[in-house]
Amino acid sequence: MKMRVCMAGLLVTIVAMAVLLAGSPNAAAKAQQPVAATAEVKIDNFSFGPGTVTVAVGTTVVWTNRDDIPHTVVSTEGVFKSKVLDTDEKFSYTFTKAGTFPYFCSIHPKMTGKVVVQ
Amino acid sequence: MAGKTKDELLYDHNNDGIDRRGFLKCMAWAGTGAFCIMQGGVLKSYSLSQMSQMGGKAPAGELSFAQISDSHMGFNKAANPDVVGTMKAAIDKINGLSTKPEFLLHTGDISHLSKPEEFDTVDQILKSAVAKDVFFVPGEHDMLNDDGKQYLERYGKGSKGAGWYSFDKKGVHFIGLVNVLNLKAGGLGTLGPEQLEWMENDVKHLKSSTPVVVFAHIPLWTVYPDWGWGTEDSAQALAYLKKFGSVTVLNGHIHQTMQKVEGNVTFHTAASTAFPQPQPGKADSPGPMKVPAEQLKSVLGITDVNYVRGQHALAVVDSTLA
Repeated sequence: MKMRVCMAGLLVTIVAMAVLLAGSPNAAAKAQQPVAATAEVKIDNFSFGPGTVTVAVGTTVVWTNRDDIPHTVVSTEGVFKSKVLDTDEKFSYTFTKAGTFPYFCSIHPKMTGKVVVQ
Repeated sequence: MAGKTKDELLYDHNNDGIDRRGFLKCMAWAGTGAFCIMQGGVLKSYSLSQMSQMGGKAPAGELSFAQISDSHMGFNKAANPDVVGTMKAAIDKINGLSTKPEFLLHTGDISHLSKPEEFDTVDQILKSAVAKDVFFVPGEHDMLNDDGKQYLERYGKGSKGAGWYSFDKKGVHFIGLVNVLNLKAGGLGTLGPEQLEWMENDVKHLKSSTPVVVFAHIPLWTVYPDWGWGTEDSAQALAYLKKFGSVTVLNGHIHQTMQKVEGNVTFHTAASTAFPQPQPGKADSPGPMKVPAEQLKSVLGITDVNYVRGQHALAVVDSTLA
């Protein structure tokens, strides 16, 4: 009897894992977030959009410059700093710690944004 | 002193009836390469070649130079796909001025992305200028990726700190300032305490009759703070210049001509040789402004500056490329 419950339990687990791995939309509601989560920030018209982005620890934020003028992404606390991004160039940073990370464009310092990591 | 004329005399530094505001208005009427004088209460303009032919003593120690700005070498978007061509046209224009400038001032954003080949191209184009000496100050586009190391190597010989310096030409004192480094989030241009201290000492012993020309990339007066068009600590710099009877401030950065007179100080911004930008508040952002191709040259330009010894005001005249 115990053996059967054990086996059944094991079977359920295997099946559940198989379902998860298959990426089925019916996966358990408590499914974990994808390992490589990303969030997008578009740079356009001298602004970061969205101005504030809230992400989970471990998320990679990708900034893409859609403006016709170069910009940079520079953390005010020195946590991250991009090279200059011309039109269509990208910069990514993976946030491994929780916190609030204000940043700005060092070429046009009136452009500011914030990443909130929870 | 004459009685009140239609243009009220507010700044009569020379005690010769020349009102600085009226002077600037005359400049606008007179067009390129003109000099304005108030005689018998009437503003008259003369071309500089006329002046040297006028009866009486020829003015000694004439100084003539030209300002170009914001060449953004490397920019290739819709607002101007040929910044090489328009910069060449600007140099041709300068070479064709009736009074040849002795040297050029470039008020920054020489390159667009601080790339070596962009600086090389500008140097190449400048070789065709009749004026062989060019004095630079950097724009924020010249300090990318390396905090200005490359700019200093190329253009900063003899300068201090991030590239500030001064020199004299025919009794006029020139001060090149750097206000595009260490910009703070949400902030404006900045000079910083080290540069301000240097400047205070640099002008301390000059006679107050010395005409002073200050040139820097970002405007040294607050043109439009929402777009970062100003310098947060310029008031300190201007305080050091209070004693001088004639101060001319030449800036770039905003890609349009603008003038302001405040006491003894005339502020002037130059057009870009690359692309125009919108007037303050007239667009969502201060980015490159597209105009019909046939109008482009009429919104790009150069600035011609002439100084005649004994006159307080420097004659600052803008010309467009078309």
